[in-house]
Amino acid sequence: MSSPHILTPGSKVSTIMLLVLAALVPAIATYYFFFGPAILVNLTLASATALAAEAMMLKLRDYPVKFFLADGSAILTGWLLALSITPLAPWWLIVVGTGFAIIVAKHLYGGLGNNLFNPAMVGFAVLMISFPAYMTHWPTPLMLTQHPVGLAEALQYYFSGTLQGVNLDAVTMATPLDTLKTGLNLQHTVGEVKHMPIYGNFGGKGGEVVATMYLLGGLFLLRQRIISWHTPVSFLATLALVAAIFYGIDPNRYASPMFHLFTGGAMLGAFFIATDYVTGPTTPKGKLIFGTGVGILEYMIRVFGGYPDGVAFSILIMNAAVPLIDAYTQPRVFGHNTKTE
Amino acid sequence: MRKLHKFHGGVHPPQHKTESSCLPIAAMPLPKRVIVPLRQHIGAPAKVHLKVGDHVLKGELIGVADGYISAAVHAPTSGTVSAVDLHAVPHPSGLPDLCITIDADGEDRWIEHQPIDYRTAAPDAVRTALRDAGIVGLGGAVFPTYVKLNPGRQTGIKTLVLNGAECEPWITSDDLLMRERAAEIVEGIRIMAHLMQPEEVLIGIEDNKPEAIAAMRAACQGTNFEVAAVPTLYPGGGEKQLIKVLTGKEVPSGQRPINIGVVCSNTATAYTVHRAINHGEPVISRIVTVTGNVQKPQNFEVLIGTPIEEIVRRAGGAIADTSHYIVGGPMMGFDLTNLDAPLTKAVNCIIAASSALFPPAPPAMPCIRCGQCAQACPCNLQPQELYWFSQSRNFDKARAYNLFDCIECGCCSYVCPSHIPLVSFYRFAKSEINMQDREKIAADQAKEHFEFKKQREEREKQEKAARMAEKAAAAAAAKAAAAASGEAEDPEAAAKKAAIQAAVERAKAKKAETAAATNEPAETANTTEPS
Repeated sequence: MSSPHILTPGSKVSTIMLLVLAALVPAIATYYFFFGPAILVNLTLASATALAAEAMMLKLRDYPVKFFLADGSAILTGWLLALSITPLAPWWLIVVGTGFAIIVAKHLYGGLGNNLFNPAMVGFAVLMISFPAYMTHWPTPLMLTQHPVGLAEALQYYFSGTLQGVNLDAVTMATPLDTLKTGLNLQHTVGEVKHMPIYGNFGGKGGEVVATMYLLGGLFLLRQRIISWHTPVSFLATLALVAAIFYGIDPNRYASPMFHLFTGGAMLGAFFIATDYVTGPTTPKGKLIFGTGVGILEYMIRVFGGYPDGVAFSILIMNAAVPLIDAYTQPRVFGHNTKTE
Repeated sequence: MRKLHKFHGGVHPPQHKTESSCLPIAAMPLPKRVIVPLRQHIGAPAKVHLKVGDHVLKGELIGVADGYISAAVHAPTSGTVSAVDLHAVPHPSGLPDLCITIDADGEDRWIEHQPIDYRTAAPDAVRTALRDAGIVGLGGAVFPTYVKLNPGRQTGIKTLVLNGAECEPWITSDDLLMRERAAEIVEGIRIMAHLMQPEEVLIGIEDNKPEAIAAMRAACQGTNFEVAAVPTLYPGGGEKQLIKVLTGKEVPSGQRPINIGVVCSNTATAYTVHRAINHGEPVISRIVTVTGNVQKPQNFEVLIGTPIEEIVRRAGGAIADTSHYIVGGPMMGFDLTNLDAPLTKAVNCIIAASSALFPPAPPAMPCIRCGQCAQACPCNLQPQELYWFSQSRNFDKARAYNLFDCIECGCCSYVCPSHIPLVSFYRFAKSEINMQDREKIAADQAKEHFEFKKQREEREKQEKAARMAEKAAAAAAAKAAAAASGEAEDPEAAAKKAAIQAAVERAKAKKAETAAATNEPAETANTTEPS
């Protein structure tokens, strides 16, 4: 054995993954509270698919299956994807997305630690491009519908693709971001659109609370030193700054910075997805550049692009730039470029 | 209070200092036999100048410093030389080394002590005395101290730093020495300061050693030496890190502290300097911490050459479930391969290890680029990149990412959640690169020799051809002359004249060739031309 002869007690990959999963729990609980139990079905199926795909790939690649399944990374990918897409979708949607994420985006790129692109976001992008129609039906907040979708209905829709006695449109709707985009295209002002009942105090009704829970979960991860502040702060600050500039130019055409921060995948993306170790930069300066890039792209896609939200695409685009960012942001090594007296 | 500075990173491993620091330094019984390695320092091994059967006194010179970077070794006790051969030594390689074995006569009789008054003696004489007393850095690197205390062309030494940080967990030998023999350490510092004439003298001690700090402060009363309590943060006792903390200055990459006007030495070394100069005692013993899985962890003053097994026995022996022994601390120490190996000047701690105290590392996971290593690295390197390049044998990249600035402190491995033995990868990459460099130099030399040879052969061929042409021309000229003069001249005489002419030309050519050959020293030195 060679030095060092001691390791940090309790420092394990699986501990990190578990803490990240735990940090998601408050948001999931709020999600359940505002949008019904469908999310739990989606999370369960995503976890099962992720584990099965992971086990299969490990076996095919001749890796120790149990040892690597226990690291928790596959479940995290499943959860992040499940939280990024609508829970009211046929079962195969999450299965295809998660399967693609684990099999193609993770293992075909070399498995844990080697994938260039965030697996959950690759899964999301595949679904968004291949099955856009299914991706737009989001559950209506429970307080806004007379037909709350219970566990039985969710399961029924999940596996049969139909809801008995209820029109799908009665229990689903477009997301607040989507609704805003459509409204603006119909020449409404932001103010007019935001009078619709799906909007809450600063984001979407219910959704803004879930986003706040992501923020709290993220702060917990910061405190636990699982993530560093650089990526989430630069991401959110840039998004807010760009939004503030446009809001300042024309508040009728452009939503407020608060709205952008607390809708869509901004909070989830900032604290849980852009902070992914494997696909993000490792240097502090690199993280700032990465977060800034994601923030700008996120706003541009949301406001000027073809999709209502842009977290997945902006993160994937910046993922591609990570090796370059890392190469150009190497910190000054001790004893190099010291000031000469 | 002095303004302290920070270095990047660092870790807080559990300290485990109190196990061995509660009892005073204890003596050891005289061993029956001591095994003294001739290489206990960085540099050339000492030269033996005695043979089996010779009787030596305690403190007698038994190995002479060989060259500038070398140090002398001395007999730790009086007795008879019973062997001069290869013996197990405490070294990471586990390879045996040349040692002098002395069977103790039990009298422990000293040579005559020859103290020096360093205030009146010439500085060079003091340095020579240090070299002949075998003084080396006792912090672990065992670099000859007299070399360090030679400012050379460097003038205006700003700071003399005394390293009493002792940042490695478990080790308490410097702590106890400072607590118990602070006045003598300060005497040693006086000698060092006299040699270097620094503007300031700073003694850095980590703040987890309040007794040592108090003792040193008391001993420094009336001097202008300053004791600074530095924050407990591993590797705060690393030379470059401590200099940064105390002075704010960074030793430039690839350079020594002296390049920025700083000299750094261990407090235990200062103690030996005092013993050598003021008492005429060479380094024949040191304080060593025996701790971990032993019955009675404690510090002992042990004669160099005492088998480590005996030292462990002095601490009550190892507890039953002891699996192996670590020499040095848990962050940078190495596994002892043979308990029969003797104590050397470099050994400051012996840790008996069990799987309860030092659990084996779990199997390594892939690197997930979490960056915890980069946050912990005291050199601000990117260990995850160095690992990536090392394991893929991309050595040029590893070097470009400053692999050689790595001090192998182990912080990266310590924090790695994937349990990757990062330091091992860096050692591997460093040794591979060093080997490649050596091979490249050898190949370049061989290439140069080969090209010289080719050139020479080419030139010789040309010269030969020129000679042949001349000879033919001379013969033709003679023939023509003979033909022209008809019978006027004797044809035999003409041929003779031509032959003489040709011989003269040949001699000239040969002379020119030898002159050229002497301009080719590489040619004559070369014995390993590629075929």
